Order: sequence, then structure tokens, then C-alpha cells
Amino acid sequence: MTSILFETKQDCEALLMGNDAISRGALEAGVNVVTGYPGTPSSEIVEQLAKVAEDCNLYVEWSVNEKVALEVAAAGSYAGLKSMCVMKQVGVNVAADSLLHIAEYGTRGALVLVSCEDPGALSSTNEGDSRPYAKMMEFPLLEPGDFQEAKDMAKWAFELSEDLCNVVMLRSVTRLSHASGNVIMGELPKVAPEAVFDFSGTPMDQMKGSILAFPTLIDPLRRRQQEKLAKAETFFEKSVFNTYVGPEKPELLIITSSVCQLYAKEALSILHLQDRVGLLKLGTTWPLPPKLLGKYLGACEKIFIVEEGTPFLEDNIKTLAAEKAKQVGIKTFFGRKDGTLPPVNELNPDLLIEGITSILEIPFQPASDGYKAKAEEIAAVGAPVRELTFCPGCPHRASFWLINSALKLDNRSGFLCGDIGCYSLGAGPCGFSTIKILQAMGSGMGMASGFGKFDRFGMSQPVMAVCGDSTFFHAVMPALVNAVHNQSDMILVVLDNSGTAMTGFQPHPGSPAGATGMKLPMLDIEKLCCAIDIRVEVSDPFDLKGTREILLDLLEESGNPRVLILKQPCALSPIRKGSKMYELSIDTNLCLAESCGCNKLCTRVFKCPGLIWDTQKEKIQIDEVLCAGCGVCANICPTGAITAERVR
Amino acid sequence: MENTLRCDPYNLIITGVGGQGNVLASRVVGDMMIAQGYKVTIGETFGASQRGGSVMSHLRISARDGFSPQMPKAKAHMVVALEPMEAIRVLAVYGNSKVKVLCNTRPIQPVGVICGDQIYPEPKQIIQWIESISADARFFDTTKEALDLGNSIFGNIMAVGALSATGDLPMPLKVFERVILKKIPVGKVEINLRAYKIGKNLIRDK
Repeated sequence: MTSILFETKQDCEALLMGNDAISRGALEAGVNVVTGYPGTPSSEIVEQLAKVAEDCNLYVEWSVNEKVALEVAAAGSYAGLKSMCVMKQVGVNVAADSLLHIAEYGTRGALVLVSCEDPGALSSTNEGDSRPYAKMMEFPLLEPGDFQEAKDMAKWAFELSEDLCNVVMLRSVTRLSHASGNVIMGELPKVAPEAVFDFSGTPMDQMKGSILAFPTLIDPLRRRQQEKLAKAETFFEKSVFNTYVGPEKPELLIITSSVCQLYAKEALSILHLQDRVGLLKLGTTWPLPPKLLGKYLGACEKIFIVEEGTPFLEDNIKTLAAEKAKQVGIKTFFGRKDGTLPPVNELNPDLLIEGITSILEIPFQPASDGYKAKAEEIAAVGAPVRELTFCPGCPHRASFWLINSALKLDNRSGFLCGDIGCYSLGAGPCGFSTIKILQAMGSGMGMASGFGKFDRFGMSQPVMAVCGDSTFFHAVMPALVNAVHNQSDMILVVLDNSGTAMTGFQPHPGSPAGATGMKLPMLDIEKLCCAIDIRVEVSDPFDLKGTREILLDLLEESGNPRVLILKQPCALSPIRKGSKMYELSIDTNLCLAESCGCNKLCTRVFKCPGLIWDTQKEKIQIDEVLCAGCGVCANICPTGAITAERVR
Repeated sequence: MENTLRCDPYNLIITGVGGQGNVLASRVVGDMMIAQGYKVTIGETFGASQRGGSVMSHLRISARDGFSPQMPKAKAHMVVALEPMEAIRVLAVYGNSKVKVLCNTRPIQPVGVICGDQIYPEPKQIIQWIESISADARFFDTTKEALDLGNSIFGNIMAVGALSATGDLPMPLKVFERVILKKIPVGKVEINLRAYKIGKNLIRDK
């Protein structure tokens, strides 16, 4: 097995995932420094580049969080290196404070910020749109519209950043990052970078001065920044990534960007409207190219803005159209704001067909032979929703089982604040609906720190928070320090499954190796907690009895924060995958089924996919294909019908 | 290049449950098409779905252009299902009266079924339903065959083998051999070749 990114030769065509195309583009640009924090749909970019780090002489790191990742990449730029920082949309919020200052000063070596976003929240807790940052913080924004462009624009982003001396944002979305298509490869350059940080010049000498955001320098810095943006605008007027297909005088002009251009293209093709409707695809979405837009706005009265996320293009194009009203005339706009497209969620070709036909008042009824009605009727009974659940053998199932039962036994309406990771599912049935608050990375701990201080207002509910090991380092540490310093009455449970499991086991500061597999010192969460003078317990969530005792004891204590670390590797982790700790079997004589009084605790309540209820025999059964052999179910069956034999 | 596609674009959906190797199966088909000069777009829904959820890959195969990673509704030519209930779920949105189906019959119970909130339909009933909403449906137990090879995961490559036997897409064995060599560790190539051939014969035998 070889890396397609490195091995595929120039001019060869390959099937590349959008994220791989971005990685290849970075390699073709001669990238030197790559940083990021894992998050779907962005993680593969850093992962793939880590694999070729040795061959391509790259420094690749998974940073502790996105802010630090951007700072490390900026340091690369300031040392004259070509640098890239990768994150999902929410990460840009984490990095935003540094981003503002980096954009204000500018860059030396190229600095490209890649934000992979998730319209439709397919794998996110939000539909965050980072494009407004480009406008707010005044730096250029690029949006590739297909797989070839993902590669080519990633490469161009580095060149542009070097030309402008400022950070450039490349925005992808799930349907590009996690989709695949044909990409023709370009040349991989030979690079021999040298890193030096030069501070010999005056503070306004961008290439040689100290980098200082002093209040007295802000006026000239911002003027310089805006000159760069004006220069970007002139480049964008002629960019090959802004394309128009359609008649000279279209009846309707679609203006779009990103993967939406593929939806628009397909909708027009299905409707056979290519001769009546124009399609202006923008690859450069901030700053907008005013002359180019003026030209096409002037050719058509009806403008349909097609985009996902916030009405970013729509608002900015409307502003531009107002400024150019004398030249282009009065327009009628359609888009998300007027309801031609739904105001939220991702788009697809069908939604575009609906939008276009409604604007042009074309009757469009897909051929109906009764198929749809029949298939939907069958699916209503034949395909019940497949709810997300913890994997068989997942330590989180045991952890939430324990936390849930401890809070119930405690009987004071205690509750759990959640966090971001697989364990977010602890808010759903597979986690016994234990999590009652779920928002951003680290916010469960921060809120628990708050809830734990409200005793003076009569709040007597026990407060717990939960976080993963990667999240602990990412954003929980400052909140925990806050809880210690302010003596908040709460319990933090760290679900330590030995890696950033949700996104594919990327390492974090508690891991024995970094992104490239190089051995690195492991930070010990227990020792860190001890160092900030907090009571800390460690247990194995598969040890139900021992862990329950610790949890109940922690719940009895009050007046200060306490930490419980539940350590057990993820069932899919390389250490555990495919190797059972126990071989499970059922003694059908001991299973009393409906007459037991346990209310089918194993399947109805515990709900591990490795356990199935045999409706014929009315007995519990182990699914040998799915069972991961954790042995936890053997400890929850009141009659001992499930037996676990240690095999490892 | 000779275009031997039955339709252009040819719309294929490979569906299953997280952990069944859906993504690799779609990449293998995609790579086989690109190796022969076609344009391919694969749209995949994964991420959180690997935690026991439904997984679906949309493959758009064309001799002329790249298409949307999301297939328009009711436009599938072929649905390959690694799990039977998922075939029904996909057909309800992307199926049509001309659609063909290749379906593994081994169920993976959703958590709602395990806890008794939902009912998993009888296997015979599922087959009847799928037959009633497809022009041609073939069923096989690739999970059983794959377990005989040592791991249920090989069911994905078996399904790709079965797809090759339908003749809907140009999928010569030698192209598969070339593609799989680049996709997986050397030690696993032989067993995947066997899986592919078993899958091919599952269709031929009917």
C-alpha cells in the first residue's frame, strides 16, 4: 500500500477524495508546515500529509486545539515556511482571536487556513459558516467547486498568500471533502526550505520587523491589510476559478459557489435549461470581483443565489448590486432569504430543480408511476430508523450505565453536562439519556463549573460533566482550573479511551506518538489533575462494581471539584479491534426472559448491538459477528445467564 | 475510449451499516472505472454514521462529465445493499421501477429492534418487498460466505464481485486485481481476490 498523494505522477488521473485533493494541492505548492485539530469532515488532510511527512520533508502536528494549531502554522509563516492549518468549521471560532491578529499583520511564508464545513450538520452539532470571518477580518476566501479545483485551488491559495502577504482561507464542505472524483495531478516540487525569524527591521517592515500588534501601529497595519484585499480583488477579476456557462442574455442568472455548482449544473441538465439559464460559479468569494459580477448582473434581471450556510453571497451580492444599480439596473433576487431555497440545511439537485422551476414558472412533475408511494409505504414499516449507537464493546456504554445508575441511586436530580465526541451519544437512548446539556468543545466542564457555584441560590442538584481525553486537553483544562480556583462543587468524569476516537484515533498530548508516528512524551491526565490540587480517582469502566463504589463516594463529597478518569481503550482502537477479552455465552436455562422481572435489562435497557433478543426462543442471544467481548453484559444480568470466559 | 455504460451517467448506490466496509467497496468500484478512463463522482455519508448508523455511497459514473455527489431522487440504476433493510431505505428515495438490486440477506439489527421498540421484518417479507419495488433483485448471504473466509468484512468485496457479474458496468477481473493491489496491504490481496471471485459466482449460480 502506497500513498496515492505522493506516488501518483504528474498528469496521471486518480480518484481522490476532496480532502486528499487539498492535501495533494498543498504538496504541489511545496508546503512545509501542516497543523490542525481533528474534526469531521477535515481530519483526513492532516492524516494523509502526516503519512508523507518523511518523504516530503514536512513538519506535521496534531495540535492541542485549533487556536494553537493556527499559531504554530503562523510561526511557520513568520519563519519563512509555507504553512497550512486545517480544521472543521467550529475550529475557526476557537482560532478566531489569533486569526484576527494574524490577518491584521499579514504573513511572510504562505499561510493557508483550510476550513472544512458541514452544511446539514451531517456530523456536527451546528451548521457553522466561517465565510463571514473573511469579510469581518479582511482576508481572501476561496471555495473550490469540484475535486480538481480542490487540488488546484489549494495550490493557488499558497501562491496567493505569498503574493498578498496575508492569510488565505480555503473553504470546503462535507460533500466535497468526503466525496471523491477525478483529479489530474500536477508536479511535486523539490523544496529545501530554511527557517529563520528575522526581526532586524522596523515594526512596519513586514518581512523583517518585529511582529507587534501595538495600538499605535493598528492604523498603518489595517491600511496595509486593506491594500492587500484590494489587490486580491484585482486578481479575482481574472481568476480562472470564476466561470460562466450559459447564454449571453439569460432569463435567469444563477450565482453560486462550492459544491452547489454541481447541484446547479445537474438541475439545469435535467431540466434542459442550459440555453435559457446562466450559471456563474465563483471560486473567489471574498472579496467579490465587482467588475465581473457587474458584467453578469447587467445581463439578466432575475438573480438566483445558490449557497449553503448563511446568506453570505446573497447579502454581499445585493450590496454590490445596489452600489452598481445605475450600471446594472434593478434586480429581483431569489435565494434562501425569500424562501426559494430552504433557509437551513444542505442543498441538493432536487432542491435546485424546485427552485429554478418555481422562479421560471415551469411546471415540473417527476414521472409518477406510483413507484414512490409504494416504496415509501414499504419503507415506513420495512426500514425503521437506524439510530446511532455506541459500538459493541464501547467503554462509553459502560461509563454512561454507571453514571446514570449512580445519579439515580443518589436521587437528588443530579445531571450530566456533555461534550463533543462519540460520547455525545450519551444524550440519546444508547447512553440512557444521561447527558442533559450538549453544546461546544469544553463547554460541559465550563457550565458544570458554573452550576456548581449556585448553592447560595438553593441549587442542591449534584453536577457532573463528562469529556474525552482529547477534549480534556483541547478545552476542558482551562475550565477545570476555573472550577478548582473558584471551588465549584462538581465532578468531572474523563472518558479516556486512548485517542481522538470519533474522528479516527488521531493522537493528542496524552498519546505516546504524534501525527507522523514519532514517539513523543505522554501527558498524564491524572498527574495534571494532581498538580492542580484536585481529588482524582482512576478506574476501568468495565469494572462495574469498583467504579460504582468510587462514583457514589465522589457524589457524597461536596464543596469542591473532583475528577474520575475512566480508562479503557475504544473498541475500534488498534489495541482492541478484533481481539476479544472475553468469549460470551448464554445459559438459556438461567435466562428467565419475561418472567425474570429484570425487564430484559440486557437488551431493552443496556442495548448493546452485540446482544439480540431471540423472539422465537424468547431468550437472549449473543451476536457473534458483532460482539466485541468486553464482558460487561455478564455483570448486568441478574440471573447470571450471560457468562464471560476470559480469553485474553 | 469506448463507452460501454448502460446509461450515462450510471447511478449506483452502495449501502449498508457503519463498519461493513461500504466506503472501501465504493472506492474500489470508482477506481476500477477511473482506471478505464471514466469520470466518477462518489458522494459518501459517513462520519457519525460509523456508529451503527446507515451508510450510503452514491456513485455517478460517466464517460463525459463529473456529476453531483448527491444523486437526484429516483435516479438510481443499481442498488447494492450490504444489509437488507438498507436496500428498502434507499429504494424509497432513489429507486424507480427500472432499478436493479443486489442484496445481502444477513440483517444487522438496529438498536431500536434490540431493545424491543422496533420490529425487524421477517427475511422472506423483506425479499418480497424488495422484489416488488425493483425490476430485478438478486439475494445472497455474503456475510455467511465472508465468515467462511474468516471475517464478515469481506462481504463488501464479495458484493463488488457480484456487481461485476451483472454486466451493467465494465469490471474486468484484471482491472480489479490492479486496483486492489494499490488499495490494501499486500497480505490481504489474495483473500480479497477470493472474495471477489466468490461474489462473482454468487450471481452466476442463479
